[in-house]
Amino acid sequence: MTFNDYLFLFGGMGLATYLPRALPLLYLAHKEMPQWLIDWLSLIPVAILSALLAPSLFTEAATRSFAFGKLELLVAIPTLLFSLKTRSLGGTVLVGMLLYWIGGMF
Amino acid sequence: MTHDHKQILRQGASAAWPICLGYFPIGLALGVLAQKAGLPWWAVAMMSVMVFAGSAQFICVAMIAAGASTPAIILTTFVVNLRHVLMSSALAVYLQGVNRKFLALYSYGVTDESFAVNLTRFRDGNWDRWRALIVNQLANSVWIMATVCGALVGQFVPQGALGIDYALTGMFICLLVFQLQGRIYIITGLLAAALSIAWYLLIPGDSYIVGASMTAATIGYLLKRHYRRGR
Repeated sequence: MTFNDYLFLFGGMGLATYLPRALPLLYLAHKEMPQWLIDWLSLIPVAILSALLAPSLFTEAATRSFAFGKLELLVAIPTLLFSLKTRSLGGTVLVGMLLYWIGGMF
Repeated sequence: MTHDHKQILRQGASAAWPICLGYFPIGLALGVLAQKAGLPWWAVAMMSVMVFAGSAQFICVAMIAAGASTPAIILTTFVVNLRHVLMSSALAVYLQGVNRKFLALYSYGVTDESFAVNLTRFRDGNWDRWRALIVNQLANSVWIMATVCGALVGQFVPQGALGIDYALTGMFICLLVFQLQGRIYIITGLLAAALSIAWYLLIPGDSYIVGASMTAATIGYLLKRHYRRGR
């Protein structure tokens, strides 16, 4: 691929990435939002985080099949308990990494 | 730089470091794959600057390697990134009335990770758009650096060192805990988890993120309204 091919490809991808990020912000930040929308949006973060996490803990990406008890899930349990107890983001990240590292040695 | 500027930068950086830590191994991996797919390092840099969307970039590299056409790659990118519509909408609640120039710049850095970190901070108070922008841009800088590093020297870095591959998972777990501010949030989270797994297993592609989170939030919202009316 030439420089121009890449420019065209990444330009198109850039727009396809930027517009879904920018348009809702540019529109909604200057509009009186109805209460039902604010209430609904307040549930979006917890829902998105769960939807991002759960498949990575309970499924095998390579075969796209259900998997129970993979290392990611086993490490997630103490990591979750640690974050419930300490509410420390940095600490949770480090504990998760440490446990995953140790777990990977077995 | 004044004292205030320094403080904003420091607080932004202290919120951003888990993202940066997590982006590093992923960016390296992307760089290695891109290099194997035949992309030169400058094209990797160009992609990370112009696109800045991890999952879409991985898919792009895989599609280039498979010989896919440019329109197919762009369309796939659009579909994969539609979930950011939800994230930007949720952020709009905290960026009401902010000028459009700022929002246009801010939008560039809205990723799964910066969204989760910034939204949590906004909700807790003591956070503003400048600190949030620092988080976005620091994450972006590390991402660009890591992907280029990966393209240049990635094949020499040992895999899985220090459990760093778990950094983003650990961060998401903790941010999820921060979101659990009552029974309705726990129910919505559990619903989204169950739905996303089922959706992921049954329906090919990446629609499970948007599909499961919108469905779960809607059910959660209806439950909350029903419960409120019922009393």
